[in-house]
Amino acid sequence: MLKVEEQTPVVFSSDLLAKFDDVISRYPEGKHKSALLPLLHLVQAEFLWVPTSAMDQVAEYLNIQPIEVYEVATFYTMYFLKPQGKYALEVCRTGPCCLVGAEKILDHLENKLGVKEGEVTSDGLFSFRGVECLAACGFGPVLQISPEYTFYENLTIESVDKLIEDLKNK
Amino acid sequence: MSRKLLLEHINVPDINTLEVYRQKGGYRAVEKALKTLTPEEIVEEVKKSGLRGRGGAGFPTGMKWSFLAKPEGVARYLVCNADESEPGTFKDRYLMTYIPHALIEGMIVSSFALGAKVSYIYVRGEMMPQIRILEKAIAEAKAAGWLGKNILGTGYDLELYVQPGGGAYICGEETALLESLEGKRGNPRIKPPFPAIAGLYGCPTVVNNVESIAAVVPIINDGGDEYSKIGIGRSTGTKLISASGNLVKPGVYEIELGLPVEEFIYSDEYCGGIANGKKLKATVAGGSSVPVLPANLTLKLANGEPRLMSYESLSEGGFATGTMMGSGGFIAFDEDQCIVRNTWNFSRFYHHESCGQCSPCREGTGWMEKVLHKIEHGHGSMDDVDLLWDIQRKIEGNTICPLGDAAAWPVASAIRHFRDEFEWHIKEPVKSQQQNYGLANYANPIEKAPVTEEK
Repeated sequence: MLKVEEQTPVVFSSDLLAKFDDVISRYPEGKHKSALLPLLHLVQAEFLWVPTSAMDQVAEYLNIQPIEVYEVATFYTMYFLKPQGKYALEVCRTGPCCLVGAEKILDHLENKLGVKEGEVTSDGLFSFRGVECLAACGFGPVLQISPEYTFYENLTIESVDKLIEDLKNK
Repeated sequence: MSRKLLLEHINVPDINTLEVYRQKGGYRAVEKALKTLTPEEIVEEVKKSGLRGRGGAGFPTGMKWSFLAKPEGVARYLVCNADESEPGTFKDRYLMTYIPHALIEGMIVSSFALGAKVSYIYVRGEMMPQIRILEKAIAEAKAAGWLGKNILGTGYDLELYVQPGGGAYICGEETALLESLEGKRGNPRIKPPFPAIAGLYGCPTVVNNVESIAAVVPIINDGGDEYSKIGIGRSTGTKLISASGNLVKPGVYEIELGLPVEEFIYSDEYCGGIANGKKLKATVAGGSSVPVLPANLTLKLANGEPRLMSYESLSEGGFATGTMMGSGGFIAFDEDQCIVRNTWNFSRFYHHESCGQCSPCREGTGWMEKVLHKIEHGHGSMDDVDLLWDIQRKIEGNTICPLGDAAAWPVASAIRHFRDEFEWHIKEPVKSQQQNYGLANYANPIEKAPVTEEK
């Protein structure tokens, strides 16, 4: 898996920059700052988190101040500001999912993976955290896995175990 | 079976493709609107339909449209609010997943009515799969000439883009959404000016929920008058209800407004009753922000008449004995659920999601979360219940946006209707950690209207 240290600035590929340009073309002349959130998603999909060096380069690309990127990256919960596992599992922990057992799933993940919320397993494969409502309350408990945000519904302890095994063998 | 306007073809294989959607009558509304109606006539049809905003506020959509300023030479925007984040609500995800073209068709008709040349669908970032579905559907529609330059040879141009959010409940508030779409933190704006005057990029803008925009399609196809015949009173048309919690069949249901709540919960056509043979203890009828009601007040009004799924009936009795339609996120709690624990959970949610601009919300939500945590975990004192009441009173109405109210109402209503359960946690700190308070008298027939002490 790709590992990026904070000290080593990341390099944006020409493919990534082409995707940037495609996004920027969606907004009226001079309103390219609107591309900020989508660009940060593209960065995260590429590097699995959003390093500071990437934020600085995004700022430069959009011709805005770095602080304008930092304030957005820290405000929104989806942007990872430190490296995650290759598979970052996010389990909904809000009311309706808790009515059908979300808390048990979170406890089980902690035991199964042997790490606390926000930590990465020693093989670099997994990290997990509880997140707020994912808008799938009728199919709870649910979890999603970034960067693709594939979605898993009606979770049970058994289905979570199987999911982890499948990801390990992928 | 009740009439379905939005989900009629939900089970048709490949209805997510343009080809099948078109075979089932899709894009007729675009043809009719662009070729035979003027923008003013479309606005008039939507007004006649009585359609009310499906995102939560319930404001008449046609009226919202008629407020849009139209200065010469200034761009106007339509932005679809697909930031669905209200706990208990998942209807927009469902609609976008299975019938993406219904939203796109609604966007084209609505954009034409408002004179927008560029429109955005702001989808919450977590819904990346739905973003991919919408982008694919937009590309299909564009290739077939439903979007782009000179649509159907009418001279009308429209570009439609999907914008991902970054994970913030507050961006469901329309001015926070616009800030976010401009690439900024989702801090709600002070109003006025309203978006209809100064919205996206300072231009006149309408922000509508996914379901509201999709509902424009049947309104144009059948006419506003036809639409207004469905439903009851000022609650016209059909509504998508997201049903979750301890139900036999949770899911998304399209109902005709006016359906009795009891029928919605217990009939096999809808939720099929409470799961595992348990009894209903309480409901949150319109998403986490609306007041929680005990089972008895859910099914019946204070005067003993059946409560209906309509804007008016759900709010009948005010906050003393009623609740709200909200976004239609219907959460059912069985007899084993703990109201204190759920209230704490919701408070944590609002604390997490407060943008931090206004002190009453930023500080108050965290304070409520801490006090509720204390009570739930057996460390509460009797004063804490009064303290909670005091905090929520000081948040409500004292913030720029409605998130403060949304955080206050669940706490207020939980204390109003379930005070016994809170006090039991305090009097029985050990027992309350081992068992739940149970059903108590929350499903008993209502003898008389409860006395209200508030305000």
